[in-house]
Amino acid sequence: MSRSGARVEKSAQRDARPGVITRLQNHAALHFHVMTTSLGQLGRGKAGNLMTAIVLGIALCLPAMLHVLVERMAGLSDQWRQSGQMSVFLQMGVKDAAAEKLASELRTWPELAVITYIPAQQALLDFKQQSGMGELLAMLDDNPLPGVLVVQPQPDLTPAQLQPLASRMQSQSIVELVQLDMEWAQRLHAMLLLVERGVLVLGSLLVLAVLFVVGNTIRLAIESRRDEIEVVKLIGGSDAFVRRPFLYYGMWFGLFGGLLAWLMVNILLLLLKQPVAELAGLYGSDFQLGLVDLRTTLLLLLCGPLLGWLGAWLAAYHHLRAIEPS
Amino acid sequence: MIEFNRVSKRYPGGREALLDINFKVEAGEMLFLTGHSGAGKSTLLKMIPLIERPSGGEIIVDGRALNKYKRRQVPQLRRDIGIIFQDSKLLADRNVFDNVALPLLVSGDNHPRDVGRRVRAALDKVGLLKREHDFPIQLSGGEQQRVGIARAVVNRPKVLLADEPTGNLDPELSREIMSLFEQFNQVGVTVLVASHDLELISSMRKRMLILRGGRLLADERGAM
Repeated sequence: MSRSGARVEKSAQRDARPGVITRLQNHAALHFHVMTTSLGQLGRGKAGNLMTAIVLGIALCLPAMLHVLVERMAGLSDQWRQSGQMSVFLQMGVKDAAAEKLASELRTWPELAVITYIPAQQALLDFKQQSGMGELLAMLDDNPLPGVLVVQPQPDLTPAQLQPLASRMQSQSIVELVQLDMEWAQRLHAMLLLVERGVLVLGSLLVLAVLFVVGNTIRLAIESRRDEIEVVKLIGGSDAFVRRPFLYYGMWFGLFGGLLAWLMVNILLLLLKQPVAELAGLYGSDFQLGLVDLRTTLLLLLCGPLLGWLGAWLAAYHHLRAIEPS
Repeated sequence: MIEFNRVSKRYPGGREALLDINFKVEAGEMLFLTGHSGAGKSTLLKMIPLIERPSGGEIIVDGRALNKYKRRQVPQLRRDIGIIFQDSKLLADRNVFDNVALPLLVSGDNHPRDVGRRVRAALDKVGLLKREHDFPIQLSGGEQQRVGIARAVVNRPKVLLADEPTGNLDPELSREIMSLFEQFNQVGVTVLVASHDLELISSMRKRMLILRGGRLLADERGAM
């Protein structure tokens, strides 16, 4: 008798408490329900919420913009740096024949791809044409320019391998000076790495700002819904249940902030497109600024909601515990 | 179902709200808690869902001592208890349906899609099936109170607590509300109603706990 009674009770309990899968499904549906209703609430808040989203957008836009610019410039300087072109200046008064002889010897080096000899006379003509200082040069008795071998190393050489190559050419008897043409690109690259660090620091500070802005917005939302929170706790809402709408609220803020930031960076890039193309043209480059790349887009659209969620969690954890029915 | 053993409550500042309270409520019983305002009715009621914790003594609800409940477990306790307040405490920004559905969603045992049937059953019991799309502000005081009752019973709790549920209602509506409680009691729910309306509750002929100054003055079995 008592045995069957226990069995009845057990099956009754099973009825009352659904299985794990059903509970997971319920849970997911509930999350979706809360997610959509919190979006609706966000929409009804209007001006104030829009303002908060814009503040978040600006805060996220700044580091994203810098990140994109630095990355583009680093890519460009890397390209230049890789070119590795060198100018081998010959001693004054070296005859063309000696220069040609050196050139043909250098052509046997496996590290070198193309060697072009520019005789002193040719260099003078080029300089007259390009500099517009022809008359000044005409006043000189002698050609002040030396002959030059323009050396293009194999493209697969690393910057570290270029330096010993330059030294070897430097040690040739008729060579005055070997200069790595793109040394300045190397320096630019090093500087950009430094700037990248700066962007990281600035980004971290602005991430903190985002957390505080979202946290404060959520704190205000919690205050304004105090009565509702008390009622939900009275009818058995767990801390997680009470917290959930506010977390989604924060997530939506973060997502819209991220979207706005993405939009703002793209607008800025479009505004800079023309002047940058002109500047690059002056350097003989067809460099294009382009729009925000996929990786940065994903980063923004992922970090935004994540930060919103985290900021909301920090605020909700603190303030929701303090609200108890009385 | 509910047992108070030497329960006392002292508020910070030294005021004694309850002193040495002892009583026992059987499962399926219906009883009233009465006394002047300030006698400790609300405090006593609030201890059952752990809105307040006693300063001394022991309370047992459904076989489990309340002092064993940790903060995290309190929601589970409250889901088994339906609570009705004088001011119904409905959420103004949701309609009647959503207000009543809330306890079903809170428990996590129900799919939001499936709650409709139970919400409508609860609304039907309190006679407000046609008002599910209205907002609380569109309802009269009596109707609001009935929505509050529907919300309290939708989860089929074992215990129903009501704190002055008829405080704002005229005698006729009050009687209607009381008969609703009686109906729930008849299907096995334990019902405990705090009210100072002696005339009304003595007409119900139920057991009555009388509080005065924080002490249990009398425990009268109603004449059946």
